[in-house]
Amino acid sequence: MSIVGTRVVRQEDRNLITAGGTYVDDLRAEALSGAAHAVFVRSPIAHARIGGIDVSAAKEAPGVLGVFTAADLGLPPHPAGPVPEPWLAGEVVRYVGEPVALVVTEERYQLADAAELVDIDYEPLEAVATVDAALAGETLLFPEHGSNIVQVKGAAEFDDAIFDGCEVVVTQTILNQRVAPAPLEVRGAACVWGEDGRLTAWLSTQNAQMARGQLAASLGVGEESVRVIAPDVGGGFGAKIGADPEATVLGWAAKQLGRAVRWVESRSENLTAMTHGRAQQNTVTIGGKRDGTVLAYRLDVIQDSGAYPRMLLLPTLTELMAVGVYRFPRVETRSRAVVTTTTPIGAYRGAGRPEATAAVERAMDRFAAEIGMDPAEVRRVNFIRPEEFPYQSPTGASYDTGEYAAALDKALDAAGYAELRAEQQRRRAAGDPVELGLGIAAYVEITGGDGAGESGRVDIHPDGSVVAWTGSSPHGQGLGTSLAMLLSDRLGVPLDQITVRHGDTDEVPKAVGTFGSRSLQLGGSAIRQAADEVIARARELAADLLEAAPDDLELDVERGVWQVRGAPASSVLSWAQVAGRAAEGKLSADVWFGAGKPTFPFGAHLAVVEVDTETGKVELRRIVAVDDAGPIVNPLTFRGQRHGGLGQGAAQALMEVVTYDDDGNPTTATLADYSFVTAAELPDFELVDMVTPTDRNLLGVKGIGEAATIGSTPAVHNAVIDALAARGVQHLDMPTTPIRVWAALEEAAFRGVRVAEPPARGEAPNVTAGKGSAR
Amino acid sequence: MKVSIEVNGRPVTEEVPDRTLLVHFLRDTAGLTATNIGCDTTSCGACTVLLDGESVKSCTVLAAQADGHAVTTVEGLSGADGALHPVQRAFREQHGLQCGFCTPGMIMASVSLLADNPEPTRDEVRAGLEGNLCRCTGYHNIVSAVIDASGQEVDR
Amino acid sequence: MIPASFEYLRASTVDDALALLASHGEEAKVLAGGHSLLPLMKLRLAAPEYLVDIGPLDELRYVRLEGADVVIGALSRYSDLTRDPVLLEHAPLLAHVSGEVGDRQVRHRGTIGGSLVHADAAADLPAAVLASDAVLVARGPAGERRIPAAEFFLGPFTTPLEPSELLTEIRLPAQTGQGWGFEKFTRRAIDWAMVGVTVTGGRVGLVNMGGVPLRATATEQALAAGASIEDAAALAAEGTNPPDEPHATAEYRRHLARVLTRRALTQAASRT
Repeated sequence: MSIVGTRVVRQEDRNLITAGGTYVDDLRAEALSGAAHAVFVRSPIAHARIGGIDVSAAKEAPGVLGVFTAADLGLPPHPAGPVPEPWLAGEVVRYVGEPVALVVTEERYQLADAAELVDIDYEPLEAVATVDAALAGETLLFPEHGSNIVQVKGAAEFDDAIFDGCEVVVTQTILNQRVAPAPLEVRGAACVWGEDGRLTAWLSTQNAQMARGQLAASLGVGEESVRVIAPDVGGGFGAKIGADPEATVLGWAAKQLGRAVRWVESRSENLTAMTHGRAQQNTVTIGGKRDGTVLAYRLDVIQDSGAYPRMLLLPTLTELMAVGVYRFPRVETRSRAVVTTTTPIGAYRGAGRPEATAAVERAMDRFAAEIGMDPAEVRRVNFIRPEEFPYQSPTGASYDTGEYAAALDKALDAAGYAELRAEQQRRRAAGDPVELGLGIAAYVEITGGDGAGESGRVDIHPDGSVVAWTGSSPHGQGLGTSLAMLLSDRLGVPLDQITVRHGDTDEVPKAVGTFGSRSLQLGGSAIRQAADEVIARARELAADLLEAAPDDLELDVERGVWQVRGAPASSVLSWAQVAGRAAEGKLSADVWFGAGKPTFPFGAHLAVVEVDTETGKVELRRIVAVDDAGPIVNPLTFRGQRHGGLGQGAAQALMEVVTYDDDGNPTTATLADYSFVTAAELPDFELVDMVTPTDRNLLGVKGIGEAATIGSTPAVHNAVIDALAARGVQHLDMPTTPIRVWAALEEAAFRGVRVAEPPARGEAPNVTAGKGSAR
Repeated sequence: MKVSIEVNGRPVTEEVPDRTLLVHFLRDTAGLTATNIGCDTTSCGACTVLLDGESVKSCTVLAAQADGHAVTTVEGLSGADGALHPVQRAFREQHGLQCGFCTPGMIMASVSLLADNPEPTRDEVRAGLEGNLCRCTGYHNIVSAVIDASGQEVDR
Repeated sequence: MIPASFEYLRASTVDDALALLASHGEEAKVLAGGHSLLPLMKLRLAAPEYLVDIGPLDELRYVRLEGADVVIGALSRYSDLTRDPVLLEHAPLLAHVSGEVGDRQVRHRGTIGGSLVHADAAADLPAAVLASDAVLVARGPAGERRIPAAEFFLGPFTTPLEPSELLTEIRLPAQTGQGWGFEKFTRRAIDWAMVGVTVTGGRVGLVNMGGVPLRATATEQALAAGASIEDAAALAAEGTNPPDEPHATAEYRRHLARVLTRRALTQAASRT
């Protein structure tokens, strides 16, 4: 029986549970012995002109090796975006947390003492803390750009005629709030230049090769002069793609000082200076017939890009996936990206697709409520049907395969949907102050969407051991074990003789890395392709050795031996024997799998919440998740990826949000203030498997890294609003914190008694009333 | 000041600055880097170790306060023969870790929890680990691991 | 993050601690469990020149019954209190509240004395001690003095203790058989209370409803006058001045105080 598809505990774990991983701060490499320590002095103010920087006192502090500012750097300019981002701010700071100076000391404990002495004179400018302020344009972050809008995509003008013939049209503005990726390991790097003039940079990154390119370009050296090593990486979630500007400054300082320098940020730095995610304000308009058929859908995206747009692809991905799992006949989308005096926005688990799903799934619920139809039924009416695949979406995506209605049915069955609805009604009839809410989300997402392919290399040594190198860069996903399983299955070599390596640009010079749920489908296909090339070479060698025609040879993967088809069992060759005969001393194949096209995993989630209407507190009671990403290589890690996604996705709906005050000061800059979800707020997850293969890669698999995040956020969000529906609440923005729920209920009750003036609230919730209203 | 701590059964004595945090004493002085630092507000629990057998956040204990006491880190859990501690074994078996960064602290917090409550319910595990953050697992398999380590059957 | 430099001084006895405090004056801070002070120092919101560590003083770690009083040594940790048999029988509110502070790791280090002296209105124990009509015992160069809890919390993070004084003991009338209730409203289990309500014997202490822990006097008076729980709880926010923050406005906190007081009183009624 094949090992693929069976539950295999991870090869990665043993070290992690006994000695701990080796993250950047743990590196004890010879080249880093005696490494100096570095800290960035960061702006404490959202928007200001820098009047002057006095580093003289800091330079005199104990242990200080160097204090560097923008004036010292002299680096080639940052790769051009629509607006320039400096390596260190020299003239203007544009967010709290922006790096202004670098302090390097002998000892870690000297860093903060010295950093406190860097005296920076800030001349405050107006903060632009919200997208509304950005669009108003009274204060510009980049006056030379002429606008705070840095990208416009999609429809030049909306055409209301798409809603012609609709019996019902609903408009809703939906905030997809800013959240912090917050991997448990913060950002860090260690840089040292060798006597050969080469930089070695250990970097907590999701893709060393991209980082190598970025560092080489920014430091003005050739790629061959930079080696990047991703050691163990303590989570990334999209926020550790490539190299951040800090890594460039660190590499520069290491050269300047002629010694190794290590930087590990603090958590409060991480929460203000690592990119945030989401941060979209989306307005949906959905129109259709009272029988549930949707005829037209419009999505208008405003992407808050933060102070420096680092990933303008995000709103484009949101537009691409706008229609989700539905066959909407008429669709129009638009996106605008604006800059604000806040932390830059980057990828975060899902990166543009969760926002699309959240918008369309809220729209479906609003539409269902408006026509008085069960939300599950409205979805069924509008699903793209299995026979329509491959499906060309009106926004330009080419969906591969899908069974959307089946996924929803499985979720409803597993949850006991009818029972839950009955319980909801019983509570309402009894006047129970604790309401039950059911939320559905059906989703499809795009994985491996970059189309760039991936590298894979397989060596079989004369001792029979297998070493594989992948261009993917797992950092918790357990991909190494999955790849070893694929190799074991293909080659017939036991798992314990297979080693999978990654993350060092000297070992894997060409690669793309891990993001966008691409790794198994592309990195895995590359490993499969390399294995097949090795097998082809081995066949020739074995044929020689056994004096048979290559075509007569077969690899018995049960025993891991080569044999002549139909010949006596004695004439077999082990992998060791075959590899020993290879001219290079080993069997080797080094491939680039470039044939992969984007895949479209899908699923349906159902969330059950209880809402205490007296206090506004929401408790997530159940979440049932059907996630289909094609064939499952390792059910253990496949489910682990879904668990993680569910946790983060639910947390966005329930509690997590990065906030700023009116002056652009972050108010969630520590883990005491940012509501990072804990075990105590989450339920056990109920997973239902479903397998619909794709034909777009060698393995038939789709990506699972982000899928569950995408489904769970709107499922939980919809559940909270469903709980409040009978009390007159039609929409409530995320996160559904107690005060927002309570205030929404108060306001709905207020409206119910037809009082003209809404009650004053400290932080007014975004509650909308009635058809066609926007907040 | 001179600080002497018994770390995983081995005395470690060193002259360190008075302000040295226990976590840095463990990482930099004792050379045991499994214990990680994930925050600066005593929130995340990545630095959890046992101090005289009880879980503490070693980022919020001075090395000086631990002077003369015994500390156990995840490096000290497995037997001399390399046999895994039941909690370590269960974390692996149940896939209770992904990136591994929270894991040493999570394991030590679990050891302490089970010492106080040898047969916890899943909800008790959730409440008992509220001081340990994990970004990867959604906690489901961490809860399963603690249930498994307690000798109870994992049913989900 | 790392604290600014300081000199660490370890006390071997209470007298030793008092002598160290006397000689270093306002530049010294007392270190007990360290779970209020060290986090502030790491963020450099506090930077004392001297730390006087009283952690080793086992003489301040006890719970016992003295006549009609429960007396608690100031260095008793939350984890000691939450399972102490004397406390569970004679002051169950305090035992229970101690089990809800922070997380398990914090409860292994944090002390009742440290929490009271820190005098954070968002902390749970001050309100519980206030509702318990406790008396706080302090020792200083001039000897011992007893301060009723009602006179101890002067303002945010402010108590009548002199820098040379040490809180050594908490004394409260035994609550044997009294109904008690505790409601702590948080976003996450590990968060500080947005609002908390402590109830024992008809006395109601409020967490985070002003700059100091408060008694819900109007509620207590209504109860004493025979009002229903519902009616008495409706008065819980009277005279309070809760913090007004985006995630918890003053108005919302007043609302929560009323709801939670009703629930805590109902719990207490069910336990008598």
